[in-house]
Amino acid sequence: MSHYQSDAIVIGAGIVGAACAAELARRGLRVRVLDAGLPAATAAGMGHLLVLDDNPAELAMSQYSVARWKEWSARMPASCAYVNNGTLWLADSAGEFAVAEKKFGVLRDAGVTCELWGGQRMAVEEPMLKPGLHGGLIISDDSILYAPRAARWLLESAGDAVEFRRAQVMRIDDDSVLDSEGNRYQAPVMVLANGLQGSELCPDIPLIAKKGHLAITDRYSHSIRHTLVELGYVTSAHNATGPSVACNIQPRPTGQLFIGATRQFDSLDPAVEPWMLGRLLRRAQQYVPGLGDFNIIRSWTGFRAATPDGQPFIGRHPKKQNLWLALGHEGLGVTTAPVTAELLAADIFNEKPPIPKEPFDPARLQLEAESAE
Amino acid sequence: MQIRIDGEHHDVPAGMTVAAALALSGDVTTRTSVTGQRRAPVCGMGVCQECRVLINGVRRLACQTVCCEGMDVDTRSALPVAGEL
Repeated sequence: MSHYQSDAIVIGAGIVGAACAAELARRGLRVRVLDAGLPAATAAGMGHLLVLDDNPAELAMSQYSVARWKEWSARMPASCAYVNNGTLWLADSAGEFAVAEKKFGVLRDAGVTCELWGGQRMAVEEPMLKPGLHGGLIISDDSILYAPRAARWLLESAGDAVEFRRAQVMRIDDDSVLDSEGNRYQAPVMVLANGLQGSELCPDIPLIAKKGHLAITDRYSHSIRHTLVELGYVTSAHNATGPSVACNIQPRPTGQLFIGATRQFDSLDPAVEPWMLGRLLRRAQQYVPGLGDFNIIRSWTGFRAATPDGQPFIGRHPKKQNLWLALGHEGLGVTTAPVTAELLAADIFNEKPPIPKEPFDPARLQLEAESAE
Repeated sequence: MQIRIDGEHHDVPAGMTVAAALALSGDVTTRTSVTGQRRAPVCGMGVCQECRVLINGVRRLACQTVCCEGMDVDTRSALPVAGEL
């Protein structure tokens, strides 16, 4: 049993924890990163970097952060597989095209590079799409990357200032944490960035698990260039209370097609459910009929950590002076890891945040608890 | 029966899988990986997906496919085209 000191501790070496550790190290802190090695979201997800405009806070976060990833891309190794291939939102009806037009207006006003395409342009740009689509919206700066490697790069980029240790934190005390082997880690700044597992260490943090199914095909020579996402995604994924499925097809640099996206609220079982996988593949095949020619070589599940109001918790824990939160990102953890790290660091160093921080303030937890009484 | 492996004729007993036929031929590898390495069957039971191979122009698992007369097994060609069939 040993005692370790550092300027900061980050619990969780996924994409968010890694980004936070790298940013704190950049600010001159010596950071110890502790990770239990449990199956988690960063390695399960799609590594999609996208601008989403469901609400102003989400737009501000995702826009800022996608741009930051683009700046970093020049320095990332090839193994991070960053590709600026754009997201093409698919409109399968006049109603969905109206949604695309509205989205275009909002994004354009915010300075996001995007363009509306009619049905004919869609067929030329993406010949594997089903004929007869009304059109789409291309968001050019959206990208993809291999998130687990990007997380490792972030930790490595900090050199000696970040020390990684495989350890399972069992308890968070006032100024230190205890791991499963009785080792104590002390630091004036402790950051909780371990997603769903955060509420096991801090039961007062409300996190909801949203199970997602994914599948990946064998490698083929095919023509899909952009990440193809149906506009129905916005309505089905974020407003549903039951299980939802939406088409999200990502062309990997290997020639594989990476297929998502599903959401279930009622399960913590990591097993692939064939009925859900079937729904996922049938939905994807509705938009890309030729998908039937591809073999699926692997399918798996992951759990997103969602908060009650849909915004992550970034900032000081309202009751624990030395504990800072960076979790609850639902499906936007990879996209918003850079801005999360900058928001957190600005908060810790008492500086002006890069974007308004109020929507993410964990103190709103207290407000919910008080108004419930 | 006779099958073709990378353009060469091989005699194989009836009922043999493509994976076993490849092993019999002296080169068990079925494909080249994305990093340029040769790959071969590992689990032998249709789970690991390592033994992916082109059989009559279509990607199949060598360990799960039984040989038939005149079958064309290709372990060397580039990725098959999809979406234009």
